[in-house]
Amino acid sequence: MNATEPRLRDTVLQNEPRLVDLWVDGLARSNLQRFGHLGANGLRQQCLRFVDEFTSALEQEPRANIHEPEFDNLRDIVEEISRLDATQGFSPSDTALFVYSFKEPLFAVLKEELAGSSEELISAVKSASRILDRLGLYATEIYQKSREDIIQRQAQELIELSTPVVQLWDKILVIPIIGTLDSERAQTVMESLLDRIVEFRAEIVIIDITGVPTVDTLVAQHLVKTISAARLMGADCILSGIRPQIAQTIVHLGLQIDVTSKATMADAFALALRRTGQKMQRTPVRRES
Amino acid sequence: MQRRGKRRTPFNVARPDRFQIRSAEDVRRVRQEVQVRAMKLGFRAVDQTKLVTAASEIARNTLDHGQGGTVDMEFVERNGQFGISLTFEDRGPGIADIAEAMEDGFTTSTGFGLGLPGAKRLVHEFRIQSETGRGTKVVLVRWS
Amino acid sequence: MEEIPIIKLGRSLLVSIQIDMHDRLAVALEDELSEKLVETGAKGVIIDISGLDVVDSFVGRTLANIAGTARVLDAQTVVVGMRPQVAITLVELGLTLPGIKTALDVERGLAIVNATQGETADTIQRGPS
Repeated sequence: MNATEPRLRDTVLQNEPRLVDLWVDGLARSNLQRFGHLGANGLRQQCLRFVDEFTSALEQEPRANIHEPEFDNLRDIVEEISRLDATQGFSPSDTALFVYSFKEPLFAVLKEELAGSSEELISAVKSASRILDRLGLYATEIYQKSREDIIQRQAQELIELSTPVVQLWDKILVIPIIGTLDSERAQTVMESLLDRIVEFRAEIVIIDITGVPTVDTLVAQHLVKTISAARLMGADCILSGIRPQIAQTIVHLGLQIDVTSKATMADAFALALRRTGQKMQRTPVRRES
Repeated sequence: MQRRGKRRTPFNVARPDRFQIRSAEDVRRVRQEVQVRAMKLGFRAVDQTKLVTAASEIARNTLDHGQGGTVDMEFVERNGQFGISLTFEDRGPGIADIAEAMEDGFTTSTGFGLGLPGAKRLVHEFRIQSETGRGTKVVLVRWS
Repeated sequence: MEEIPIIKLGRSLLVSIQIDMHDRLAVALEDELSEKLVETGAKGVIIDISGLDVVDSFVGRTLANIAGTARVLDAQTVVVGMRPQVAITLVELGLTLPGIKTALDVERGLAIVNATQGETADTIQRGPS
């Protein structure tokens, strides 16, 4: 790997503030999205820190390889910006483009300073390009990693969709829980349930656990928390479908679930109707002759 | 690989932000400042509420039992995950028996306890140091 | 100093807490509510906390105080409009608001007060939904 052109270092060292100004102005004109998100000050901060670390790195006369220790801090900045961009919903190119946009002011200044010597100018531009190009690529690599983290989180939120909450009747919700509940899922189920209580203006929630094979302490605790939280929001809960094994587990675990339970969902529904002062009636079906 | 230079955090804060806790108005301000930071880090609504509530509890303790103090708010990062760290400090009378104070149901003269076990459940990391006559320090950390 | 308005709605008093309360405000609210309860003979206090993002133990205590005072003055307190994330946080905090009724919104809260006071649904003054 080549050493970085010393004139590059000199130029940057002597023109730091100017480089930042030119860069910010250029971005303010051309990259409205980033400018809009961060605001003038935020954008300046970002550019300032980048140029600052870029300069510090060059001062140490590194080889033009961004994975050298001299570039540690600069990579950190890029990593930070990349992660922040990911949370803001920017695309992978955006951070890379941000890094590449530094070329414009940098080359402009280099051209001015090194106007007299084309060899040095070419060498400086080469060094700068090598560094910035690799840095841009690095930004996308980091971006992919944080997107993976975000995707994982979104996957968890998808779990919420797989546990439907049904409005069985006016003011009555049913949440049939099917399959094993782990702590993650129980948490999501709780949050989604509470949102639905607001959405459907429920007074009673029937939590049907007929389809749940086992309940452990953690899950039982989540259930208790969910029931307490629902109560705070003015909705009462009825547990239905507790099988004998689960009932035994709960007793053995020494848990106290202070809630009405019914063996079947039908029973729970009938109770819910009574409690909400509603009735179901049979109406004879008219047969057309 | 050797890392040199200061570990920087988002928003270019070289030092944590420090706020005084000397009045009820200050406690309210602490809530607002924590809320803003939690929002900036993209905390989900529930996580925002949990952290702000925990901060409110400890801030009140600092005021009511610690005779006033300070809180330092810092963005922290670990393995690519961002979070918020809050360090509350006071030079008040201190807590004689921390273990006891960390039990649910512990009450003080005001009849409601120090809210410590509750606050602990709302955050990911909770550390407390206290010495009678010297003061108390509580650190809360929540990751996004 | 900001004020929290207290509105008479049928046989109940409605308090809507929208802002982040500080201590003096909470105490002022408790005092004012007690006065109004005596003054109007209201049978219910509806506390609307739908505007609160955060409810800590201090607010919990305030709610408990109000409920306690109301009980002594023969009125029922219903806390309405708690947001899901607040409910989750309160449960985690271990604050259960014992002895305080809760409901989804003002309408439901009024219904509870009127039910216990023996009035029928027809005579409930419906507020904005």
